[in-house]
Amino acid sequence: MKQIKRSFRELLRYPSAIIGMVMILMAVLLSLYTMITIPYNEAIRLWRGSEDDWYKYPKQAVPAWTNTFSKKKQPISFFLNSAEPKTNSSVMVTKEIETRQDGTRKVTITYTFDYQYDDFPQDIILYTYTNDASKKPLVGVTWLTPDGRKINMASYSVSQRGVYRISQDEKLSRILRTKPIEGLFADPASKDTPIPLKGTYQMIVTTNLYESSAGLDAEFVLHGTLYGLAGTDFKRRDLTIGLMWGMPIALAFGLLAALGTTITTLVIAAIGTWYGGWVDDLIQRITEINSVLPFFPILIMIGTFYSRSIWLILGATILLNIFGLSIKNFRAIFMQIKEAPYIEAARSYGASDLRIIIRYLTPRVIPMLIPQLVTLVPGYVFLEAGLAVLGLGDPFVPTWGKIINDARTSGALFEGLYYWILEPAALLMVTGLAFALLGFALDRVFNPRLREM
Amino acid sequence: MAEKILLDVKDLVLYFQTTNGTVQAVDGVDFSLDYHKAVVILGESGCGKSSLAKALLRLLPRNAGKYSGQIYLQDVDTMTLNDDDYRRNVRWVGMSLVPQAAMNALNPVFTVGHQVAEPSMVHLGLKKDQALEQARKMFQHVGVPNDFLNRYPFELSGGMRQRVALAMALVTSPSLVVLDEPTSALDVLTQANIFNVLKRIKSELGTSFILITHDIATSSELADYVAVMYAGQIVEVGDSFRFFAGPLHPYSKKLMASVPTLRGKKELEFITGQPPSLIGLPQGCRFAARCPSRFEKCEKDPPTVAKDGRRVKCWLYS
Amino acid sequence: MSVDTNMMSKEMAQNPAQDSALLSIQNLQVWFELRRFGFGHAGYVRAVDGVSFDLHAGEAIAVVGESGCGKSSLMKTILALYKPTKGDVVFNNKKHSELDRQGIRWYRSQVGYVQQDPYGALAPFMNVHQILEEPLVIGGIKNRDERERRIRKAMEEVKMHPVEDFLEKFPHMLSGGQQQRVVIARAMIMEPKLLVADEPVSMLDASVRVEILKLLRGLQEKHNLSVIYITHDLSTVSYFSERIFVMYAGRLVEKAPVDSLLQNPLHPYTHALLEGTSDPDANNALTFKEVPPGEPPSLVNPPAGCRYHPRCPRIMKGLCDVETPPEFESDAGHLTACWLYK
Repeated sequence: MKQIKRSFRELLRYPSAIIGMVMILMAVLLSLYTMITIPYNEAIRLWRGSEDDWYKYPKQAVPAWTNTFSKKKQPISFFLNSAEPKTNSSVMVTKEIETRQDGTRKVTITYTFDYQYDDFPQDIILYTYTNDASKKPLVGVTWLTPDGRKINMASYSVSQRGVYRISQDEKLSRILRTKPIEGLFADPASKDTPIPLKGTYQMIVTTNLYESSAGLDAEFVLHGTLYGLAGTDFKRRDLTIGLMWGMPIALAFGLLAALGTTITTLVIAAIGTWYGGWVDDLIQRITEINSVLPFFPILIMIGTFYSRSIWLILGATILLNIFGLSIKNFRAIFMQIKEAPYIEAARSYGASDLRIIIRYLTPRVIPMLIPQLVTLVPGYVFLEAGLAVLGLGDPFVPTWGKIINDARTSGALFEGLYYWILEPAALLMVTGLAFALLGFALDRVFNPRLREM
Repeated sequence: MAEKILLDVKDLVLYFQTTNGTVQAVDGVDFSLDYHKAVVILGESGCGKSSLAKALLRLLPRNAGKYSGQIYLQDVDTMTLNDDDYRRNVRWVGMSLVPQAAMNALNPVFTVGHQVAEPSMVHLGLKKDQALEQARKMFQHVGVPNDFLNRYPFELSGGMRQRVALAMALVTSPSLVVLDEPTSALDVLTQANIFNVLKRIKSELGTSFILITHDIATSSELADYVAVMYAGQIVEVGDSFRFFAGPLHPYSKKLMASVPTLRGKKELEFITGQPPSLIGLPQGCRFAARCPSRFEKCEKDPPTVAKDGRRVKCWLYS
Repeated sequence: MSVDTNMMSKEMAQNPAQDSALLSIQNLQVWFELRRFGFGHAGYVRAVDGVSFDLHAGEAIAVVGESGCGKSSLMKTILALYKPTKGDVVFNNKKHSELDRQGIRWYRSQVGYVQQDPYGALAPFMNVHQILEEPLVIGGIKNRDERERRIRKAMEEVKMHPVEDFLEKFPHMLSGGQQQRVVIARAMIMEPKLLVADEPVSMLDASVRVEILKLLRGLQEKHNLSVIYITHDLSTVSYFSERIFVMYAGRLVEKAPVDSLLQNPLHPYTHALLEGTSDPDANNALTFKEVPPGEPPSLVNPPAGCRYHPRCPRIMKGLCDVETPPEFESDAGHLTACWLYK
């Protein structure tokens, strides 16, 4: 439609609009990407933070890219699974199975990694899995340092799932005469203030299998202080999932709330203005009463006493806002339009009241609606985030507000874990900014009085 | 022209800048007006006549472009005055304006008496009670009862409000009043009343008038001279008797032929097509596209020549 | 269009055919209630206060009056937009008050409405095609091809060529004359029997007015339409109607064939209106017009008796200010509500 094209071209005259649109486009693309790569149900499941999903990850790890800004390089966490051999990388795992003449097999799993960091890792954990339930295989673990020292770490028998936390190995601690992790990594030359030795380390796990059907796999997890693009939280959850999924949820909440309230308000205003009389009076009185009701506290009460489901909050938001004061604005415009000759003409050729409202009154108002709609979206996004920060957000859905809430209750700022709060906050701000830029430009396009000549 | 000339406009030009291009609203307008006489500027919508009113009174919008020419009011070229001098000495002192739909533009929160008094307070520096006395006098001239001084615009009918607007323009006793479509929204009898008022003021106060309108029939009520405007230019100007008896320019002729008359039967004609847009005007005569007497010369802009006591801008007469 | 056919129709008006009227207004009164503070009753605005006339098929009448005389309310009641307070609007022998919803809908398809403001009469967000389709859809023309056919036909009737180009355009892209043609096309599209035109050309330029009025006249003659043409410009009535009705303060004060009224106006108000209308004549500048003093009365509290009596130069005290004059017939078809013609 030519009118839309014309308005669009008019819009492009404003740089703020272009920036806003680009930002929104990126947000939408990110949301689509997120929804495709991590389906919703999967995300909810992951976000529950069960041990099974997150055990490999460190707790409250800072994002990995902060290393580029610090002089002292912090170790980045990683994990290797012998079931998925990996070579040609700075972290490698290989698995060799040697069959002896008597039918027994020797399994050797070698983990190789290049350690170039200035600080010690938090912990190294070895998880072993075997399907040989009857005979618990004996597992031997050896450590090879870059300067050629070989340390026999432990040997123990494993059941179906074995966990070996090196930092808690007292025997090793006694052998090394210091904390185990320090002992494994420390540069022998640095006795007083230990610093890690940089170079290639290896951990070799060996076992003997007697049953032909038996098998053994092991997982090597190194907990550094850093991990990933966005770090992790107190439940070891990778924050990127929460941050990425927060985008479509924020957009959806904002858009649905904005659309729902605006369209409903519009229709109510139209009905009131057109029918006049007691209908109009009633709607005006309801609006006035509604404007005095404290909106936010009501939501808090609903969240505290009833349920925190995000759909319920969305519904309550819409319900409490459809009789908002913007009804009066719409009404003013409708009162003007109602007197237009073309409305009278429509009545004269028999248009029904409903048809006039929908087909003749409403389209006139839509140009004015669009800027209002766009500027409403960030308001609702912040509303949801605000409720979540107060602890009333949906406990199962990953939203930015929820992340901030978790950070707050975990004392993130006290512990210097700034990333935990700054990341969701930055995303909230950017989203709000994008819509605000676009919304104000739209306002200038559609509201002729604000237009620059 | 035995009497002295009050207003002499030479080559007045006013263009506007818009996103679609330059609007050549007033494009080289020449005419003159004597003391105590009235000239009617006849034209249809889109010919630039309202812009002419604005150009005469220097009420330019923000997007005004070229603005040049000479406007001699009582032998002083007002175009040479700076804005401040103009405001103090010319606007509303030498000449004033009753704009289009003035009756709807009265301030609803002030009494009409106050509004009519205001120009004399601002421009002549009168005190409030003196100004109100002036306003009372003006009300008498325009035929509004005195007790209306304390009424608000919404209490008055359309005809009364138009008279108030007229009083506002006259209160500072200017020598010239420009009226832009003064009666287009009014009924027949109210219209007749307003013209009676204008005629009376013309003879009692000696004020000259420039009446801008598209209503050819009522324009004859006041006109001593008639100027026809088309696409930003004056195509014919001359005294009213000769004009109404028989116009010269093909456009004027067609215009007269399209006016239905109450008395006397005549065949009505209409002009096909539309006036050209004031953006990107064609070369040559601007009426050529719709003119029945068009010929080759019309491709060039015609000169204004004198003929039969009037001035016509047409190749047919040069 | 020459003026001769006009004269033929005028002869017909002076001897109206014996067939029954298409539209019959019988003692119509349309009063609006004034409410005080939304509750109390503060009187009535008697917009139409006793109007009766008959309109035959193919006849064009002009209703002339100044603003506030009630002609708009009369017109809107004929269009079934207002309900009569008393009296009846009878169309094709059916009373409005007896029509049910279906009936009103049918009636609406029989009457076309041409408004004063061509731009305001068209929804700015619909293109010409959509504007013309609306009455068809509402009128129940379900067949899409039939609608297209009618739209095309209507555009051709109002001489908007090429039809294809114009159908896509929006109102603001059209000139005033073109907009009014679309309004006329929309009024004609359901093939009505009666057209109500409210000052159809007063907002158009002088040169375009004639074009549109001739178009209306042509359509009227071609389709044998009845037209009620409401105006306050007396100079156009002789070209486009057979009879004139003069309305003042809610009543019809004079009804006559056009020539009869123009040559021999009977009612003092008609006289005043004719005096007040100007022709382009330079002599006008030399004389003052005779204008009756005062203004049209308020319709809430109209004067007793003849409503024009406060302004009438020929008032007969004791009669005109007390008793309401009935209609008196002077010549064939020339009726006037004035005691002077008893």
